[in-house]
Amino acid sequence: MADLIINPFSSGTRLRDMIRSIRACKTAAEERAVVRKECAAIRAAISENDHDYRHRNLAKLMFIHMLGYPTHFGQMECLKAIASAGFPEKRIGYLGLMLLLDERQEVLMLVTNSLKQDLNHSNQYIVGIALCALGNICSAEMARDLAPEVERLLQSRDPNIRKKAALCSVRIIKKVPDLAENFMSPAAVLLKEKHHGALISGVQLCTELCKVSEEALDYLRKKCTEGVVKVLKDVVNSPYQPEYDIAGITDPFLHIRLLRLLRVLGQGDADASDYMNDILAQVATKTETNKNAGNAILYECVETIMSIEDNSGLRVLAINILGRFLSNRDNNIRYVALNMLMRAIAVDAQAVQRHRATILECVKDTDASIRKRALELVYLLVNDSNVKSLTKELIDYLEVSDQDFKGDLSAKICSIVEKFSLEKIWYIDQMLKVLSEAGNFVKDDVWHALIVVISNASDLHGYTVRSLYRAFQTSGEQESLVRVTVWCIGEYGEMLVNNMGMLNKEEPITVTESDAVDVLETAMRRHTSDITTRAMTLIALLKLSSRFPSCSQRVNDIIVEHKGNFVLELQQRSIEFNKIIERHQNIRSTLLESMPVLDETTYNGRKAGSLATTVQASTGSSISLPNGDVKPTAVPLVDLLDLSSDDTPAPSSSGVDPLQDLLGVDLTSTPSVSGLEGSSKAPVDSLLDLLSIGTPSVQNDSSKLDILSASNRSTQSANSLDMLSSLSSSLATPVSAPASSAPMMDLLDGLSPIVPKTDTVTFTPPGLSETNGSVYPSITAFKSSSLKMEFSFSKQPGNPQTTLIHATFSNMSSNNYTNFIFQAAVPKFVQLHLDPASSNSLPANGKGSITQNFKVTNTQQGQKNLAMRVRIAYKVNNQDMLEQGQINNFPPGL
Amino acid sequence: MIRFILLQNRQGKTRLAKYYVPLEESEKHKVEYEVHRLVVNRDPKFTNFVEFRTHKVIYRRYAGLFFSMCVDITDNELAYLECIHLFVEILDHFFSNVCELDLVFNFHKVYLILDEFILAGELQETSKKAIIERMGELEKQE
Repeated sequence: MADLIINPFSSGTRLRDMIRSIRACKTAAEERAVVRKECAAIRAAISENDHDYRHRNLAKLMFIHMLGYPTHFGQMECLKAIASAGFPEKRIGYLGLMLLLDERQEVLMLVTNSLKQDLNHSNQYIVGIALCALGNICSAEMARDLAPEVERLLQSRDPNIRKKAALCSVRIIKKVPDLAENFMSPAAVLLKEKHHGALISGVQLCTELCKVSEEALDYLRKKCTEGVVKVLKDVVNSPYQPEYDIAGITDPFLHIRLLRLLRVLGQGDADASDYMNDILAQVATKTETNKNAGNAILYECVETIMSIEDNSGLRVLAINILGRFLSNRDNNIRYVALNMLMRAIAVDAQAVQRHRATILECVKDTDASIRKRALELVYLLVNDSNVKSLTKELIDYLEVSDQDFKGDLSAKICSIVEKFSLEKIWYIDQMLKVLSEAGNFVKDDVWHALIVVISNASDLHGYTVRSLYRAFQTSGEQESLVRVTVWCIGEYGEMLVNNMGMLNKEEPITVTESDAVDVLETAMRRHTSDITTRAMTLIALLKLSSRFPSCSQRVNDIIVEHKGNFVLELQQRSIEFNKIIERHQNIRSTLLESMPVLDETTYNGRKAGSLATTVQASTGSSISLPNGDVKPTAVPLVDLLDLSSDDTPAPSSSGVDPLQDLLGVDLTSTPSVSGLEGSSKAPVDSLLDLLSIGTPSVQNDSSKLDILSASNRSTQSANSLDMLSSLSSSLATPVSAPASSAPMMDLLDGLSPIVPKTDTVTFTPPGLSETNGSVYPSITAFKSSSLKMEFSFSKQPGNPQTTLIHATFSNMSSNNYTNFIFQAAVPKFVQLHLDPASSNSLPANGKGSITQNFKVTNTQQGQKNLAMRVRIAYKVNNQDMLEQGQINNFPPGL
Repeated sequence: MIRFILLQNRQGKTRLAKYYVPLEESEKHKVEYEVHRLVVNRDPKFTNFVEFRTHKVIYRRYAGLFFSMCVDITDNELAYLECIHLFVEILDHFFSNVCELDLVFNFHKVYLILDEFILAGELQETSKKAIIERMGELEKQE
């Protein structure tokens, strides 16, 4: 080869020498230096259009490419090499093409013509390398252009060309399935090949044709099923052929490809399936199984038997083979058996069940690949009758399994337990075991669901809280176990202390009030507890302060400790809760009553729905309270209820996990005023609201309404209205009845960020509510070094959706602007009407301004905030300028 | 179908990488790194199959070299295991007792052998003899 010829006049090194010098490099920096030098030499050769060393340079580039250095500058060189006349150049050119380029590069289009010429070349070897390159990198466009050539080559006299053309066709029809029909009949002819290479390629082409085209499947099924069966028979019964022999079997690869084609032909066609029964039975019974090759054939055969139309005799045979595989000592064989049994379940679940014990053993294998397969399989095997024993096995194994497997395993167990929850006590027991073993690995929705179930099982509250107390003593390091324990002690702490609701199987335990507080104190002080756990613990402590008056002082002490916590959420809770304990003795017991039962159906519905609608807090409104229609006294209330929208959001549309809302653990967004109306209505509600500090305001509102409506579904809207009016009576006359609102304000004392808003809204006389006056603050909608745009807003009475915007532009630079044009685009739910601007020139240094009015109508007011994209074009010294931006800081509720 | 074939040594140096599906350069490097990490520390008694993203890697170790093929999830693992072995036998035959250095210095020939063995991600020829003969004919053309 040319790269091996030593040319004394060459300044470049040979390929071999370059590889040597690169290998000799001690450091990455040295290597880079050598590569840089070589690349420079190659670039120089390319720019001099050096033909003599093109070949060698390309080979070097490929090596450099393999090391991970950029070589794009060599791409054109490949194309030139391909276009040259000789075989060696073409060969290295095509090799470079396949290595340095792929089907997505535009450059590739340039090669189509060369490929076309080479596919028609008289030299069979050149045709061969062109086919090879085409098969490996062809794009859809090339496939369309060159399909006729490839199709013709399928009938070439040289079997080496035929096999390459067949595989090339596989790629072509994958890229452009429409071309399939052109290849149907030449593919069928290939099935009669005697040459193994051409035959196996032909079989693969037929299989692919069946996959991409229904028409081809029908055609080949009718025409070739018999032929394929016969070919397989011949191969199976063929005498020893040293060329193709592997472990005593002639060409196992061909066996496998043929079996696969039979599977495609037999699937969904009883006649074709029937026709292949005999040969499948023969392969299944006669194949030698002490070597991998034989097992590979059997494996393929089993898959074919499972996929074609029903033949119970064959299926028994197949399942038995899998049974033997499963007890094989070779891990690979066991792996494929597990893999196949998963598919066999659909066919004959009973037969697979017989291997349950063995499969369970595989879950405990040391090899992660086997474990994973086995676990998937066990999951499919669970049914009503075996769920208890299987769950027990899996949970037992959870104790000893690898750390990195615990996540997968516990997720599967939880999913089984949820799917087959026979009775609540069993569900709770199993979940507690999982949480005790792998509480650090389970996902949030698992323990959320558990709390919902516990809350609904009123007869098990005592049992659950006692079990959790015991579990906490041994597995206190499992985060989600701690959370559930903390929640339950907060809610049902008294049942823990006085052994209420004992079940027969339970042993009584003695827990004092201070023991219960101990648990919470531990949870609070554990350094591994995260904010969520601590926040939940604070609530639980608060609740205990009223249940266990004797511990009230201690609880308060713990809470007070966190008044200076660096985490705002915890600090805020501590301050509030401390206030409640110290200053509101009289309302504390009602305020801290048990949580109302969480609605299971809503929760489950939410859980399913939350996948689809995560943040869409409210898409439709069922309780419609348009401002214009409501009595003036109620107007501020509407604002209170929902600061960001004028329509009350629909309860059912929120995708938020209600439990999350209830616990108020979504520590992301700004607090809302939503605490108000609940606190005046009922203590329970106020608690809910207290708990929900910190959830995003919109979501918060909707979830709260939902909780209310869950208990009062039928009178939903009436109830909400009721709630409103009850609140309005206390709020409508704030001055005359300060006493009634004072404690409420007090309650909110700790919520410092919201106080200003509360003030505004509460003490605003009804007539001055947002919809009637222009209370929307002006904003600086856009500002750059050269330009400032300010918006001020006003509303037209009786048309709440429409906002008038008055825009003021000022020039911050020292040059005058001319040809000033402002353009805006808005989302679909908004309509925009622009009035003409006051002028089109803007004097420098803010000495003047342009004003422009426009009108926006937000058709989804209250659900979506306004947003706007703006483009401002102008000329400075006759040069075009363009500024763009997006305005997202519109006041909410517009 | 085979999505890519990798030949890597224990240190993770890639000696041959053939992709039958288009991937970005950076993605290729990531894939090579990940596959190496997956296979290099597995116990020899373990299965030769590892799940890799949405596909699976069939690998086999010969001395210090790992031959890995990434195939579709529904493909026959055992067949590809046999396929790797056949490829190694062909290399062994061609270089008469192949070692890693042969593959380094003659990487372009390894690619040519592979192109005679596998095309478009599918098996092209199952006879070792046929491939060796074909390589001989091609060398003569040079």
